[in-house]
Amino acid sequence: MSRQTSMEPPVNTVGQDTVSVQAVRRQRLEGPVSGWNRMRRRLGTLGLVCVGVLAVVVLTTIFAPLIAPYDPYAGSVVDRHLPPSPEHWFGTDQSGRDIFSRIIWGARTSLIGPTVVVLVAAAAAVTLALTAVWFGGRVDAFIGRILDILFAFPNMLLAILAVAIFGPSLLTASIALAIGFTPYSARVIRSVALRERNLPYVASAQLQGISGFLITVRHILPNVRTQIFTGMTINFGYAMIDLAALSFLGLGVQPPTPDWGLMVSNGQASLLQGYWEQSVFAGLAIVITVAALGYVGEQLGGRRAAGRTR
Amino acid sequence: MLNVEGLTLAVTDPDTGQETEILRGNSFSLGQGEALGLVGESGSGKSMTLKCILGIEPPGSKVGGSIELGGTDLLAASGEQLRKVRANELALIAQNPHGALNPVLHVERFLIEGMADARGIPKAEAKARAAGLLRQVGITDTERVLRSYPHQLSGGLLQRVVIAGAISGEPRLLLADEPTTALDVTTQAEVVAILDEKRREHGLSMIFVSHDLDLAAAICDRLAVMKDGAILEIGTPEEIRDRPKTDYTRALMAARPLLHPEGRAPVLPNGTETDV
Repeated sequence: MSRQTSMEPPVNTVGQDTVSVQAVRRQRLEGPVSGWNRMRRRLGTLGLVCVGVLAVVVLTTIFAPLIAPYDPYAGSVVDRHLPPSPEHWFGTDQSGRDIFSRIIWGARTSLIGPTVVVLVAAAAAVTLALTAVWFGGRVDAFIGRILDILFAFPNMLLAILAVAIFGPSLLTASIALAIGFTPYSARVIRSVALRERNLPYVASAQLQGISGFLITVRHILPNVRTQIFTGMTINFGYAMIDLAALSFLGLGVQPPTPDWGLMVSNGQASLLQGYWEQSVFAGLAIVITVAALGYVGEQLGGRRAAGRTR
Repeated sequence: MLNVEGLTLAVTDPDTGQETEILRGNSFSLGQGEALGLVGESGSGKSMTLKCILGIEPPGSKVGGSIELGGTDLLAASGEQLRKVRANELALIAQNPHGALNPVLHVERFLIEGMADARGIPKAEAKARAAGLLRQVGITDTERVLRSYPHQLSGGLLQRVVIAGAISGEPRLLLADEPTTALDVTTQAEVVAILDEKRREHGLSMIFVSHDLDLAAAICDRLAVMKDGAILEIGTPEEIRDRPKTDYTRALMAARPLLHPEGRAPVLPNGTETDV
């Protein structure tokens, strides 16, 4: 099993069960801590700000039609490249469309894509990793080889290949990216699940006649959920950037649909003429969302995995 | 009920390819409600015998002979058959009770899962039966114990929980692998007494693995003395004690650590004391 040596991230040897047991002890000492308080303690002030930012982004996607002051598709030639003003907060683009409205509408496509990527990748990674861990031996080796093969392809290349075959669309690009993301998550989940699988209580449950599927779902899965969620938040950021890049290349979302990545790309030409608004504001939207999500994910997952709570 | 015929176990060293015999063609049988004690020093193959019956021999090892439980050949059983046998007919009580329970779940979950997930008893019914099971093993504050995490309970208490879990499935055969070794001396007697009582009450057969000859003699109908993977002799505790057939058994009897200055030790619970 040469695979177990180099590629895997270092696994915290403190052990998740130890951490959980500590949590139980703390809970006994301090009384039940409400979910909100526990969350707040774990996130810190900056984390809470990030959660706020993400909440605003999510609300924006839901209430886009109510918030956006203009129709994101409607422009007039007279209003081309207007600078930021009380009427057009972020100015207008090369077609005279309101950039602020387009960013608000663009949040939808910009968030749906990464969500698809993250969900598909997590589902595939969990299934592969837990199957490999439960059966071990040849099954583990076989799944390991499949992941190795996937590792060999750069995500973007895989996505471009899929788009070349199935035609450019958000869904195609998302699923192709998800396949590219799967091995990374699968490997992390596998290593953690493997440790859990080797704990004596799992053997004991097996000897009670509980089926492997139920043990996996009831005992192993809950113990790797931190890694799953952390992986999802981190992947979300990467997926957003990758999808933006694909849209930028014209392989993802198709114009005139508003999308942040696409807006950065469209603004490129104007940028050279001195009209910076479109690219910069869309780029800021991407950076802020990805940074907020990354920080929250790190706080929720990273800290917990390190066993620190305050 | 349980018939073990010429059981062998060989482990091959993956590096040298050398084969080591761990069990050397042992045969024994067990009737309904009978208790057999496997005694011997460490490494004599006592626990390995249990592992073969449970189907958890170390990976890469070869098991030979036959193990038949209630008409099912366990060595030829498929995965699903084996799972059903484990769920309905076998129960293991291992050395360390802390290893048997998921450390992050309540005791209640352990008992419920044993019934619901393994044997398909409806969850609600399993939940209702959990407290009763604990009462059966002499736990009175069932509410507290059910809501506790394993690390909050003492080893003795937890071993009782494991026994409660074991009898919850009304198995035919209990496999006890040094169930008191990890416990402190004061709780050992208690746990053994409960184990013995429950076994007799439910008419279960039992294989009791121990290196404590006196303890095994006290609760088993027959003893099998093992050395180097072979069963040297099988007999009632009295036969083993009074008429040992091999020098090894005699030596084993003499090797018992005794705290009694006059060289006398209780062997049977009914007060019979024996000269060593």
